[in-house]
Amino acid sequence: MLGLDAERLRSDMNRLLAFLFHQGVLDEQFLQLQQLQDETSPNFVYEVVNIYFHESEKLLRNLRGLLSDREFLDHKKMGIHLNQFMGSSSSIGAKRVRNVCVVFRAASEQTNRAGCLRALELLEHEYWYLKNKLHEFLQIEQQRVMAAGVRYPIQD
Amino acid sequence: MKNNVNGNGNGGRATAPGNVESQKKKLTALVVDNDNFIRMLHKVLLNNLNVESQVVENGKEAVDLCLSGAVFDLILICMKMPVMDGPDATRALRTMGVRSMIVGVTAYSKRSEKQEFMDAGLDDYHEKPLTAVKLISLLRDLRWKPIKHQRENYVMLD
Repeated sequence: MLGLDAERLRSDMNRLLAFLFHQGVLDEQFLQLQQLQDETSPNFVYEVVNIYFHESEKLLRNLRGLLSDREFLDHKKMGIHLNQFMGSSSSIGAKRVRNVCVVFRAASEQTNRAGCLRALELLEHEYWYLKNKLHEFLQIEQQRVMAAGVRYPIQD
Repeated sequence: MKNNVNGNGNGGRATAPGNVESQKKKLTALVVDNDNFIRMLHKVLLNNLNVESQVVENGKEAVDLCLSGAVFDLILICMKMPVMDGPDATRALRTMGVRSMIVGVTAYSKRSEKQEFMDAGLDDYHEKPLTAVKLISLLRDLRWKPIKHQRENYVMLD
């Protein structure tokens, strides 16, 4: 019974991934990441995704902080943060987040404050949606690992 | 290894460009990036390809590390970092005489910024994401590096 659960969970995971690819939320770079997980680093995806969350939320706080200065738009600092966010997002396969960063960076270079604020809202929206979905993915993966770990007494 | 009397001072082994032992050593790399996710990802990618790697957070740490005598076969360096950015760090490393293969690895950027980075002394440039495929081709270039005093002879180091 439990073996079947592991298979069902695996297909749930694949269905979620297919959905996210279809929506353009994730791209094939996420699969590259999964391939780096093996017996020697069985929690790699979980660990690395959580580091991405941690860094991203720092960046979002920094960006909001820079935009709260109504007198001066520090577009050089914004450029550094956006560059970092673009790089990490493209490297985890977060396609939509990365694309919003491109738009945000353009607005920042034009010192278009209103454009920056709109882009930041969109970025936050895309990021939290992604985080939600990745959490779901990691939870299913954890359950699948636990389910797959129980073996039938007959089989060996 | 039998002793040969050929007086070349290295225990009788034939003098190939670099001796056989050093050619079998692991490659070493330095990852220079202000993002912790990238540092971890690129370190794991390198480890999987049997490359020993270190990570630092910005250009200044990279320069300080090389100033302290550390030598790397490959340096993967991001463009935009606080304290000291990629182009400045690359210029400093080349001025110091660092002969490592230095590769810019950075987010999607304007052509003018890419050009400025290349002009600072990069051997190559890759846009993130850095994949295993791109890394393998870089490492292959490294292993087929021409020995500088024997420019005509490309020697496979493995």
